[in-house]
Amino acid sequence: MELKFTLNEVPRVVEISADTLLLDLLRSMKCYSVKRGCETGNCGLCTVFVDERPVLSCSTLAARVEGRSVVTLEGLREEAEEYGAYIADEGAEQCGFCNPGLMMNAIALYRENPEATDDEIKEYLAGNLCRCSGYEGQLRGIRSYLEFKKGEVRHE
Amino acid sequence: MLKFKQYYRVKSLEEAYELNQKKSNVVLGGMLWLKLQRRTVGGVIDLSDLGLDQIMETEEAFTIGAMVSLRDLEQHEGLRAYLGEALHESLRHIVGVQFRNVATVGGSIFGRFGFSDVLTLFLALDAKVKFYHAGEMPLSVYASAAPLDKELKNDILEAVILPKHVEAVAYRSVRNSETDFPVLTCCAAKVNGVYRVSVGARPMRAAYTADLTDMLKDGITPETAAAFGKWVSEQFATGSNVRASADYRKKMIAVLTKRNVMELAETEKAVHAQTAAVQTKGGQA
Repeated sequence: MELKFTLNEVPRVVEISADTLLLDLLRSMKCYSVKRGCETGNCGLCTVFVDERPVLSCSTLAARVEGRSVVTLEGLREEAEEYGAYIADEGAEQCGFCNPGLMMNAIALYRENPEATDDEIKEYLAGNLCRCSGYEGQLRGIRSYLEFKKGEVRHE
Repeated sequence: MLKFKQYYRVKSLEEAYELNQKKSNVVLGGMLWLKLQRRTVGGVIDLSDLGLDQIMETEEAFTIGAMVSLRDLEQHEGLRAYLGEALHESLRHIVGVQFRNVATVGGSIFGRFGFSDVLTLFLALDAKVKFYHAGEMPLSVYASAAPLDKELKNDILEAVILPKHVEAVAYRSVRNSETDFPVLTCCAAKVNGVYRVSVGARPMRAAYTADLTDMLKDGITPETAAAFGKWVSEQFATGSNVRASADYRKKMIAVLTKRNVMELAETEKAVHAQTAAVQTKGGQA
């Protein structure tokens, strides 16, 4: 079947099978930031935006994004670089495999609630699993990123 | 993994209903549970274009479309104001925001999953479900029907209807680790003057009981709440699985019910104080 959608602001028309998952489609289109993790909807590695909302691409049928806008980390390069610097500054990046999903969701958090408290950050990111870090460094990095975005802290 | 050849993006409930009469077709909710099954089906029916992703509020009720995502449910201002913290508490532990943006109310309710926080919440609130063919029925009737007869199984769930009869509600769950399936879910509510308690993840699907004891009629104290919790725990069968034993669940039903009921008492106290303040103010004017 034919699927028309926008990927990182570029209109695309692709041929897919009825049961293609969005994760498989995006990786076949060279969006390798979208990681294949648990494939049970628990780890958040495959997070992408559909119409600006973070969703699990491993659990979204590709056919369901007909006419919609899909954004992966490749489409958020500037924000991702900005955020990534804060994560690196806190030593929160270890193997790095969870980072793309975490970045997507942290950016979604900022867009939805730029004044998030620590508890709200933890709750928002509960669906992003990391096997290396223990989350403390990531929490510090996200906090610094949000502060930077508020203009209270300048990154050097 | 779920395999299928046909994807039907239906344009009407009638079309969905007709397609769903075929045994090899299934209706898609959020697809989160369905995709975990090793199963090949003929086709999937997608209700995304039917406008069932809306929450409508009238003076009498909230009508929550079957395709409303759990995240939309959690964030709906009218529902948040009406149900208070219980709404958030019942949903916030369900994996993460990305998951709840995909999972739907209809998928959770229609599946009558044992682990469903959503079913537990709406059962205590005395909600109704609306099917395309079978019409409206109490959620408690649908939840306890076992197994589903062919007619209901092949019907299309349109909406969950929450009549505005809720006076107070409190929700608690136990999990071995954050975002995991619950070990136990428990919701207590005062609806139309009657205390109702639903318990899910027993690990069987949620069921409810109304207060038949009058234990709480003279007021809620720690003692009456504890006695009521013990009585409630005796009303439900529990089972054992990898997450917890039947005995543990039984004990936790009493604990969660007691805490929920104490919270209901606090809510009622706050409402009474607010009403009294308004009346005093009105009298002075």
